[in-house]
Amino acid sequence: MTPLEAILQGFKALGAGFSTLHWSNLLMIGVGLLFFYLGIKKDVEPVLLIPIGFGCILVNIPLSEMMEEGGFLRIFYDAGIKTELFPLLIFLGIGAMTDFGFLLEKPYLFLLGAAGQFGIFLTLLLALALGFDLKEAVSIGIIGACDGPTAIYVSSKYAPHLLGAVAVAAYSYMSLVPIIQPPIMKALTTQKEKITMMGVYKRSVSGTAKLLFPVVITILVGFIAPKGLPLVGSLMLGNFLRECGVVERLSKSAQNEIANVVTLLLGLTIGATMIGPVFVKPQTLLVLGLGFLAICLDTICGLFLGKLLYLLSGKKINPLIGAAGLSAFPMAARVVQKEGQKYNPKNYLIMYAMGANAGGQVGSVVAASIILSVLERMGIG
Amino acid sequence: MEKWNIGVGLLMVGVGGTLLVLGICSLVMELLKRIFPYKEEK
Repeated sequence: MTPLEAILQGFKALGAGFSTLHWSNLLMIGVGLLFFYLGIKKDVEPVLLIPIGFGCILVNIPLSEMMEEGGFLRIFYDAGIKTELFPLLIFLGIGAMTDFGFLLEKPYLFLLGAAGQFGIFLTLLLALALGFDLKEAVSIGIIGACDGPTAIYVSSKYAPHLLGAVAVAAYSYMSLVPIIQPPIMKALTTQKEKITMMGVYKRSVSGTAKLLFPVVITILVGFIAPKGLPLVGSLMLGNFLRECGVVERLSKSAQNEIANVVTLLLGLTIGATMIGPVFVKPQTLLVLGLGFLAICLDTICGLFLGKLLYLLSGKKINPLIGAAGLSAFPMAARVVQKEGQKYNPKNYLIMYAMGANAGGQVGSVVAASIILSVLERMGIG
Repeated sequence: MEKWNIGVGLLMVGVGGTLLVLGICSLVMELLKRIFPYKEEK
């Protein structure tokens, strides 16, 4: 090789990244930049969108081999997503951050947390009708849990190729709850229902009952749907650390250090699944559309159960709190409070809505646990 | 056809099971509240 040929080869090697660029890589780099814009300028879930956006840009630069065997992001992916560890550690943090006291004051609010998950199952059927296979349909339906870690846990188990779309849909729609829910709430409730005043929220739960809550739920759900025990167990372990009052350091670590480090790595690795030629296809748009529908159906089912409770309680329960039965905590509760005050400025629904919202958090892991256990029993694991 | 059967089965068991489990949770917590009642701090 002559020196001139060597120089030319050298320059050719430096430009190889450009020559192997696919149009879909460019599009996904644009998506990564859009996530930066949404996170930084619009304050849409910045803690997640910024690492996701960066991960997305990293894997769409050709020849970087970030997601190849032994690659920088592949190591995190294999360690935390493939093993389902990251979503569980996030749950540990969520459990430590959540005060279930609002829910325990009025245990009937658990039921609204159940109704807020029905969209999962309805969307699952719709996804089947649109030609997705069963495992893909389950992964799409679980977006309706409105709960990022649950959606990631289930889709990484059943349809890892949809993980990027499912995770982005779950987290985006969670932050869009204040836009998605109000029109549905307005359309499905009457003026009389909207202005229903609810009583004063008195404190009535002892420390012992709050302490026993995570233990009882873990044992109960564990026996009924054992395959979901990692989800329930990590959420309730976090809550037990918070409520037992003697391991403040562990509780704070779960809420801060663990949750922050894992959120960063989780975001990066989710972004790393969004490789242009694999991600840019009509199927992704379908997943995003079905995810949106799932959240709408959750809200509708929650409102209908709220209306039923309104009738059964002698018109003492405001059906709007049914919309807070989602797992998007505390966004859904805030939406209910805001909408309730729009129709009756003297109405304070926030405590009840927080209770239903906390019920939605438990509901989403219960629904996922049931799906995992039923599919396992059917031999679809 | 089989995927439809499983899908409908999941819908029924999922909706019913979630409601049942959370219903039981609400009853258990109601019971716990009665066994360990809240006492005002002095």
